[in-house]
Amino acid sequence: MLLTVEGLATSFGRMRAVDGVSIAVPAGRTLGIVGESGCGKSVLSLSIMRLLAAPGSIIAGGITFDGQDLLAMPQRAMRRLRGRDIAMIFQEPMTSLNPVHTVGAQIIEALRAHDAAADPRATAIAALTRVRIPDAAAAMDKFPHQLSGGMRQRVMIAMAIACIPRLLIADEPTTALDVTVQAQILELLRDLQAETGMGLILITHDLGVIAEMADEVAVMYAGRIVESASAQDLFDDPQHPYTLGLLGSIPRLDLDRARLTAIEGTVPPPHAWPPGCRFAPRCPFAITACDAAPPPLRELSPGHQAACIRAPL
Amino acid sequence: MILQAENLSKHYGALRAVEGVSLHVARGETLALVGESGCGKSTTARLLLRLIAPSAGTIRFDGQDITNLPAGRLRDIRRRTGVVFQDPYASLNPRLRVGDAILEPMQVHRLGTAAEQRARMQSLLGLVGLMPSHAERFPHEFSGGQRQRIGIARALAAGPELLVCDEPVSALDVSIQAQVVNLLKDLQSRLGLATLFIAHDLGVVKHMADRVAVMYLGRIVELADKRSLFANPRHPYTRALLAAIPHPDPALRGRLRPLGGDIPSPANLPPGCRFQTRCAHATDICRRHDPPLQDGVACHHHAELPPMDMAYAGALSETATRRLARFAEAAAERRA
Repeated sequence: MLLTVEGLATSFGRMRAVDGVSIAVPAGRTLGIVGESGCGKSVLSLSIMRLLAAPGSIIAGGITFDGQDLLAMPQRAMRRLRGRDIAMIFQEPMTSLNPVHTVGAQIIEALRAHDAAADPRATAIAALTRVRIPDAAAAMDKFPHQLSGGMRQRVMIAMAIACIPRLLIADEPTTALDVTVQAQILELLRDLQAETGMGLILITHDLGVIAEMADEVAVMYAGRIVESASAQDLFDDPQHPYTLGLLGSIPRLDLDRARLTAIEGTVPPPHAWPPGCRFAPRCPFAITACDAAPPPLRELSPGHQAACIRAPL
Repeated sequence: MILQAENLSKHYGALRAVEGVSLHVARGETLALVGESGCGKSTTARLLLRLIAPSAGTIRFDGQDITNLPAGRLRDIRRRTGVVFQDPYASLNPRLRVGDAILEPMQVHRLGTAAEQRARMQSLLGLVGLMPSHAERFPHEFSGGQRQRIGIARALAAGPELLVCDEPVSALDVSIQAQVVNLLKDLQSRLGLATLFIAHDLGVVKHMADRVAVMYLGRIVELADKRSLFANPRHPYTRALLAAIPHPDPALRGRLRPLGGDIPSPANLPPGCRFQTRCAHATDICRRHDPPLQDGVACHHHAELPPMDMAYAGALSETATRRLARFAEAAAERRA
């Protein structure tokens, strides 16, 4: 296993933004993490990178990357690992790229930080070529504002994969993009994975992107994983009411429905999480027992777990 | 016809943001304008709202030519048009209590007595699913979805006949988006509102619209009844949009067909058809002549294109369908 996260809990003061999360990512495979704002998916990825800003801290659990205990790793070694072995891309490339430096300068800087290339310029051009930027040598001298949104996201990906990381964490990488550009970027990520065998954690709220990309899926709600399955099982046999609600919320092109099956209410903030099942206040299937204690993930079929005492529904 | 535009154009110097757009919205119907960033859909909406002046063309509201109406005489049109924006937080005054924000349009247009205005404000809050007590709170105390409900209540305050929604759900989380889509649809049928619905999400458009206009680089390339647009998309760009959407069905994996290349700059348009630089069917004539919108499609070759493989949309599994029905049932029981 390339990455294993066991029982991870990350707190901000008294709030546990991530509460007992376990995931595993093998090399060459894609784990999709689904959830909406405030579910803890971004805190989870920052925890893996050990990039939490104070007062965020990991209070329980373990993270193992390629046999190394990341939580015991000294800062220096962690810095070397970040960007080289584990890289990350974000939703909005314009805020992650430096507007006053050329694209080339930024990729070269990243390579130098890791002493990762004998000829950083050639390696940077190779990275831009790998993300299918036409005329990569000319693109090196461009500033971020001179590129389209799709091209900027490619540059971000080029920076992230310049050192050929073994794990790429992509946090809503296509959410800000138009659908035709999104399709290009998804295809690119899949091709890069096939070329380099990297593991991919794809964080998104879009179940369409999950169905297209993920091998395994973890659905997160209010800091916890509420369902975990292969992508095929998750869509064929959705078990958790929250997963069902998400499926019902998407307007589908294959159906004509008078109403969408929406989930009532909103995601509660961490300080207002109920003591029992955190989805219970919004769940149409909730019974009194749901409020007693947080339901553990239970295996309902091989490799398919859900944290719901009422499952199978 | 509540709204009608003919040959509407907006040029900023060499930049042709909107070119020769003709459309109409009938009473009680929803017309969706779809397209990707930079296609001119939002500029078109601003032209129709007379927030910016067109370079050419005419706009009629309820039969009256408003193209050159001076600002002072637009008051009545403004009262009869409600606007819902993408980001309700940016469109609500942070220092105005929610109740006052909803009262404002009624006060501006002097609709009824103060007591009648307050009563209407309270009933609007109920209509969009908020509580009477929410009137005393400020916008920052609400979640994104609730703020959009406030934005909708405000848009409805002056009793509009036309609602213009500019990406009203695209900033919201999926589950919240569904709530707001349901609300808008309920309101439409209850109030019989005509709606111009601007969006980039074809799923939301299919759910909301009666007719759909697809825009690319400032032009409408296809305009059709919703059913026929989704059952038989005729313009290569419409097809490319549909083929680029990832659907929630893993059986369709690997079938995305990304459109090649980037959208050209509207300041430096290609000769002929605007889509020819990215179109697999482009020939000589496409590079020479810009095809007009005729019979709902602007493409030289639309009649020769093979039908699109309509398996693109995928399907929900039987188990998922059954459980979802149970979910909907249980949710309805709980509401009742």
